[in-house]
Amino acid sequence: MVSNGSITPSTLSVKDLPWQIHWDKDKCTLCGRCTAVCPVHAIELGVHRKRIVNVLPLEGLHPGNGHSNVYQVYHGIRQKTDPAYACVGCASCSLVCPNDCIAPYRSDEIDKLRYHINQGGQPRRRGGRRNATDPSPGGILDRIKFTRISMLTDPALDAGRHEFELRTLLGRVLPPEETLRVYREQGWIPPVREIYPLIIGSMSFGALSPNMWEGLQMGVAYLNEELGMPVRIASGEGGCPPRLLRSRFLKYLILQIASGYFGWDEIIHALPEMKEDPCAVEIKYGQGAKPGDGGLLMWYKVNKLIAAIRGVPPGVSLPSPPTHQTKYSIEEAVAKMIQSMYMAWGFRVPVYPKISGTSTALAVLNNLTRNPYAAGLAIDGEDGGTGAAYTVSMDHMGHPIASNLRDCYLNLVKLGKQNEIPLFAGGGVGKYGNLASNAAALIMLGASGVQTGKYMMQAAAGCLGSEADRCNICNIGLCPKGITSQDPRLYRRLDPEKVAERVVDVFLSFDTELRKIVAPLGRSTSLPIGMSDALAINDHHAAERLQIKFVV
Amino acid sequence: MCRLFAVTSEEPLSPMMAIRALDVMREGHDGSGVGLFLSDLGGPLEELKGAPILSGIFTNEGIKRLDQFMMNIGFMTKYKLSIRIPKTPPSGVPRRDVYLIRAYEYPEGWEALSQEEIDYRLLMIRLQLRQMGEEKEDMIVYSFWPDVIMIKEIGDPLTVAEYLKLDREELQARIILAQGRQNTNYAINLYACHPFFIQGVATMTNGENTAFVPIREFLSSRGFPGYLGYQSDSEVFTHILHFSLKRLGLGIEAYKHVITPLQDEDLEKHPNGPFLKHLKNSCRRLIIDGPNCVIGCLPDKTLFMVQDRKKLRPGVLGGRPGLFAISSEMCGLDAAIPDRNKSKDFQPMHLDTALIRPERQEVTIWSQTAPLPLQH
Repeated sequence: MVSNGSITPSTLSVKDLPWQIHWDKDKCTLCGRCTAVCPVHAIELGVHRKRIVNVLPLEGLHPGNGHSNVYQVYHGIRQKTDPAYACVGCASCSLVCPNDCIAPYRSDEIDKLRYHINQGGQPRRRGGRRNATDPSPGGILDRIKFTRISMLTDPALDAGRHEFELRTLLGRVLPPEETLRVYREQGWIPPVREIYPLIIGSMSFGALSPNMWEGLQMGVAYLNEELGMPVRIASGEGGCPPRLLRSRFLKYLILQIASGYFGWDEIIHALPEMKEDPCAVEIKYGQGAKPGDGGLLMWYKVNKLIAAIRGVPPGVSLPSPPTHQTKYSIEEAVAKMIQSMYMAWGFRVPVYPKISGTSTALAVLNNLTRNPYAAGLAIDGEDGGTGAAYTVSMDHMGHPIASNLRDCYLNLVKLGKQNEIPLFAGGGVGKYGNLASNAAALIMLGASGVQTGKYMMQAAAGCLGSEADRCNICNIGLCPKGITSQDPRLYRRLDPEKVAERVVDVFLSFDTELRKIVAPLGRSTSLPIGMSDALAINDHHAAERLQIKFVV
Repeated sequence: MCRLFAVTSEEPLSPMMAIRALDVMREGHDGSGVGLFLSDLGGPLEELKGAPILSGIFTNEGIKRLDQFMMNIGFMTKYKLSIRIPKTPPSGVPRRDVYLIRAYEYPEGWEALSQEEIDYRLLMIRLQLRQMGEEKEDMIVYSFWPDVIMIKEIGDPLTVAEYLKLDREELQARIILAQGRQNTNYAINLYACHPFFIQGVATMTNGENTAFVPIREFLSSRGFPGYLGYQSDSEVFTHILHFSLKRLGLGIEAYKHVITPLQDEDLEKHPNGPFLKHLKNSCRRLIIDGPNCVIGCLPDKTLFMVQDRKKLRPGVLGGRPGLFAISSEMCGLDAAIPDRNKSKDFQPMHLDTALIRPERQEVTIWSQTAPLPLQH
């Protein structure tokens, strides 16, 4: 800044930003790739003027040549300090730099930018994940240990060579007496799907790029058809490409309907031409990342294809309402909606609601137990991710998944309906990379299965996001990896075939790890849902809250 | 590991026969306790086949409370088998006041009740006595059922049996289940001692039930008053059997399908595939992972043995028409029935249910892949 420049409240220096770009002049080739790739244009060509003090030797001094100042110009990069262009730390510049001369580094103190990213009165919106530091390292799921090891009274199983039935049921299961009665009378037994307990959670076509979606779908199809693993993927609220709706792969998909009903015109019209039923229908009433808020696809990402599938004009933001417009009471409207969705597929497809983690989850659950059609309940904890949300919703709203799920399971136990309404848990599963142990902990706390989204983005597509506010620009379609972008220049970076390969890698390694957890516990014939005697934690309060053992 | 011995015989036997078989197998058991289930009784109790027999351990105070209680609800003592014990028990056996085996006459008006109602009331009386006993620690009640006697005590089986003089003439039975160890996986408690009994169904188990907690939660939440206790992880096997026989109306052939259902590809080939698939889905919470060998007696006096799906616990079955025995060790069977055709001995594997019907003429092996008998 020049000495007579003005300072506004939002005038920041590079030091005030969360990320500082370190650039090495000596190594830089001035190729310009970093400035071209930067998704937020945080760096630009810098033309730097530099004085060199050129002190001449005394004998050479004579009038007219006594100037020691020499001004030179050199080229390089300059980091912008305008809040709108602040570096997001994605490090795409490092990724493309041929000489490793540039990288963003996190500021050594809390940034000042956070006080200024509400220009124009618009609070910060972003994508990604919750950016709140866990009070305990690793969060609660990582701290749960599996302590009931089989050895002598019960020999451990061989994770590599025994047969394992690590499947779960999605769908309403009637009590045994009722099942046999209805079977005898040839009545309607609710449809039940036997699926793999790790579900790829809802990420919509729109939130994700076409390449990412295609990669996930191909990976899931391969897992099912070549490896015999009944993996399912939820669609999110954005409809489904018409060809997929009319293909045999539809059976691997859980179609989501949410308050914006995006894409459902297309789905309903495809009904007569469907070769297969979808795996299930998920009615989204809430999501963990932004509880009590509707879905949000910002205008940047609503291109012609997305607009056509969703049945909206292109280039407009698509905020879904926070609640379904037809809903005024859970007894009447939720039951009605569930039944309507059942009716669409002739009562052959399980329909279940998904809610965000909340202290009122028990009220929802109790209602569902009285609704004979409710096929399950998915609960998305506060650590769930999203393509777009207000920062305040992501960081401060919602309920942690572990205790929410545990309460619901124990409530079902009290009612004698455990596993009759299967509970699916999501939100922060594998947050710190421990997908299998987190999933197993939730299953033993009472989940019939778990949903994961962010882990898939990271492991299958190389998402750079972190809990410490890195990147997080999924909402504006500028994903440097092409995962959440609708701009072909960006998403062509992502090879769908490679994504599919990684999906398969993730599931195979998850399966091995899950066996490595359940085999030493002596379990293999069925998924150990609710086997809480195997769990312990080194936090007395958490142990008490979750009703598991306390160990030190 | 528990040592288990079960016998079914045309001729009434003394329980000592089973105790001796346990003693032969003593190398492998720690002699910490004994549990006996006697049914199809001989001796004086044979005449009282319909009368419910109360078995348990009482203090002198407890007996008084029992008498008062039974009188109040109209039960009259019909016969009692007095066990007089020496003043000092052998080492390792606690001192008790009364080992009770007492047959009652039904109260007036019960003859008009349905069998189901009678069964239910007998169960409720047993549970009430158990609860009373737990309050004041003066009664332990094992069974209250016609034609059933149960004895359980801490200590070496043979020592206990000699101490209680179980070789007495009045104590004879055609079906005996005997188990020679206190529960070791959880706290010592006489209610944790096998065999377990509920409404005519008795089982005893070898091994540890890894799926105990979810199964316990399922059974306790059925709203059926008899599904309680669970001082031992093995008690759930008795209750699962009771659940599938009495609540689901299935035969013993379906028990394996409940605790260790077939895998999907086998179910697809099974003649009762669709039915079994529904059974598997709805009884999923009762699936066990073993290692368990379950030996038991059904209300119709059929003796059976099944294994879990892959871990298995030792168990062998053999005998001759009129006398068959199931034993957790071959030496126990050899000691009990030496003159049998050993080539006919059978060790059930992961798909088998081995049955000895009440006629005691042969061993029936029921494979899980075989069609189920027609449902009534």
